[in-house]
Amino acid sequence: MNDPVTDVGLITPALVDLDLDGHAADKDAAIRRLVQLAYDAGRVTDVEQMLADVRAREAQMATGLEGGIGIPHARSAAVRVPTLVFGRSSAGIDFGAEDGPARIVFLIAAPDDGEGEHLTVLAALARRLVHQSFREALINAGDSEDVVELIRSEVENR
Amino acid sequence: MKFVAVTSCPTGIAHTYMAAEALEQAARDAGHEIQVETQGAGGLQALDQSVIDAADAVIFAADVEVRGRDRFAGKPTVTAPVKRAINGAAAIVEEAVQAARSGVVTAAAPAGSSRGLTTKVDHDAGVGTRVRQWLMTGVSYMIPFVAAGGILIAFGFMIARFAGGDNGAIEVTKIPIADLIKHFDATSGMQWAALLFQVGVAAFGFLVPALAGFIAFGIADRPGIAPGFVGGALAGVVGAGFLGGIVAGFLGGFVALWVSRWRVPKAVASIMPVVLIPLVATLITGGLMIVVLGRPLSWVTEKLTAGLNNMSGGSLILLGVVLGLMMAFDMGGPVNKVAYTFATTGLTAAAIASHGTQLTVMAAVMAAGMTPPLGLALATVVRKELFTEPEQENGKAAWLLGASFITEGAIPFAAADPLRVIPSIMVGSGITGGLVAAFGSELAAPHGGIWVTPLISGIPGYLFAILVGTGVTAALVVLAKSVRRTEVAEDEVSVSGAHAATNMATV
Repeated sequence: MNDPVTDVGLITPALVDLDLDGHAADKDAAIRRLVQLAYDAGRVTDVEQMLADVRAREAQMATGLEGGIGIPHARSAAVRVPTLVFGRSSAGIDFGAEDGPARIVFLIAAPDDGEGEHLTVLAALARRLVHQSFREALINAGDSEDVVELIRSEVENR
Repeated sequence: MKFVAVTSCPTGIAHTYMAAEALEQAARDAGHEIQVETQGAGGLQALDQSVIDAADAVIFAADVEVRGRDRFAGKPTVTAPVKRAINGAAAIVEEAVQAARSGVVTAAAPAGSSRGLTTKVDHDAGVGTRVRQWLMTGVSYMIPFVAAGGILIAFGFMIARFAGGDNGAIEVTKIPIADLIKHFDATSGMQWAALLFQVGVAAFGFLVPALAGFIAFGIADRPGIAPGFVGGALAGVVGAGFLGGIVAGFLGGFVALWVSRWRVPKAVASIMPVVLIPLVATLITGGLMIVVLGRPLSWVTEKLTAGLNNMSGGSLILLGVVLGLMMAFDMGGPVNKVAYTFATTGLTAAAIASHGTQLTVMAAVMAAGMTPPLGLALATVVRKELFTEPEQENGKAAWLLGASFITEGAIPFAAADPLRVIPSIMVGSGITGGLVAAFGSELAAPHGGIWVTPLISGIPGYLFAILVGTGVTAALVVLAKSVRRTEVAEDEVSVSGAHAATNMATV
C-alpha cells in the first residue's frame, strides 16, 4: 500500500505527463500510465481496481470529445481524494471522438463514497474543459508547473 | 426565450457538467436565457418549479433517466445524448427554439406571461396551457396521417371518377386489397384508383392511434407512447372515434406518469422505462378502454339509432338538422357513425327505385359531412393568425378532403381546440343538413363528395347548402377563437380553462 497523499489539491506537478507519447501508444496504455501516476502520488490505492472502473465507464461510451480531448473517468473505491491527472500527446491518442485522436487527456478520479460537496471541484473543472481558450492554454503550457497553475487558477480559485 | 435543461451521465462527474456549461454558453450566445439542473454526483440543485413553469422549452441532455421528469411534463422538449450537448450545443438550443415555436398555440399567451401572479391563477394558467400543448403535440403528429391518407383517398375517388365513369367513386371502394395483391393491373385506371384508396385507408387507420399516442408522449414522454397508441387503436375498435382517442391519450399519459413514480427495488429500476412502465400502463389503459368505455358507447349507439328511427316518420328538415349536428360532433366517432349508418342503410334497392326520402337523407348526411373541413379551411384563409402553423398547413389539405366528403380533415382542428371548434362545425353542418332536406336533393351514393356529383339530383340547392354551411362554420370558428383573444387582451391575468369554458357558453 502506498502512502496517503498530503497535498489534497486537485492536481500537482507529479500528476502531469506532457510526454504521454513516450509512455503510451494507445488508449489503454495511456489510461494505465495516468492511473499509475495517481497511484504514485498516493491518491489511488489500487491500480488494477481503478483501471477496471475506468474501463467499465469507457465501455459504456467512449469519452473522446470533439476538439482533441479525452476524459477517461470513474468513481471508484480505489480513489482517496478527487484527483485530476493530465496527459498531453503530440501524436494524439484515439479516444473514440468522431473528429480524431485526443491531444490532451484528463483522467478524472473521484471517490465513490463521496456525497456532493468535495466533488464540486471536479464539476468546476468539467465546466472549464468546455472552453476552447482553456484547452488551448493547456496544449501550449510550457511545463508541468504551468499546467498545474493554469488549472488551479481556473478551477480552484473560482 | 427562456429554457431549462437537465444534464446527466452515468458517472456524474464529467459529461454532466461539461454539457451544462456548453448549453449555457450556446444559449447565451444565441441571446436566450437558460437554467441547467446538473443531475451529477456533485449533489442535485433542483430547479425551482416557477423557473420550469416560465420556460418556453426543456432540453434533456441525459444518458440516464432524468430524475423528477414529471416536473417538466407538458413542455415542448428536446432530448439529446449528453455528448451531443457538449459537441453541438448550439444546434440543440436551436432545436429548442423550434420546439417552443411549434409546440405553443400562437393565439395563447406565452406561459411566461403568467409569472409573478398569485399561486392559484398561476396554477390555473399552467394547466390550461399544458392541456393545449398536450393536445397540440398529438395533433401535430397526427396531421401527416390525415394529409397523406385523406389526399390519397381523394385522388383515388378523383381517378375513379374519370376512369370508371359516374359510378367510379363508388365502385373503387369495392376493389379489395387481396385483388390488388393478386393481379394489380398497371394499365387500369380503376386499379390505380383502388391502390391509392386502399393506401389512404391504411394511413387513416393510424389517425386516432397517432393522436392518442403523441398526446400521451407529450404528457409522459417515451413511456407514454405504447399505452397511448394502443389505447388509441382500441378507441377505434370500440368505435369511440377521435374523442375516444383524446381520452385514451390522456389516460395513457397519466397512467404512464403514475407508474413511473412507483418506488421499485434497484434491480427492477433498470427495466422500468423500457419494459415495466409500458407493460403496466398499456394493460391498464387498454383494459379501461375496452371494459369501461366499450359498453356505454354501444348503449349510446343503440339509443341514438332508435331515436333516429323514431324521427324518420316526422319532419324531414328536422331530421336533416339532427343528422348534420351528429355528423360534425365527433367525425368518425360513435355519434357520427350512427348518423352515417342510418343514412347508408336507407339506400336499399327499393328506396333507390322509388326515389324515397332515404335518398334525401343520404344527400343531407354527405353535405353535412363536407362542411367541417371546408369551413375550417376557409377560416384558416380568412383569419390565418388564429391558427397554429401545423393547423394552417392542414387547412390547405382540408379543402380537398372536405370536397371529397372526408370529414376527418377537420379532426386536427377539433382535437386541438375541441370546445370552440366542435360547436361551430356542428352548427354549420346542422344548417347544411336542414337546407339539403328542405331543397329535397337526392343522392344514392354512400361516399365520394364532389366526385359523385353526377349522381345527385337538385344540384344547385345541394351546392348552395354546402356553401352556406361552409360560410357559417368559418364565421363561427373565427368568432369563437377571437372572443377568447379579446378576453385575454382585456384581462391579461390568465388563459385558464375556466375562462375558456365561459367564453364558449357566451358564444
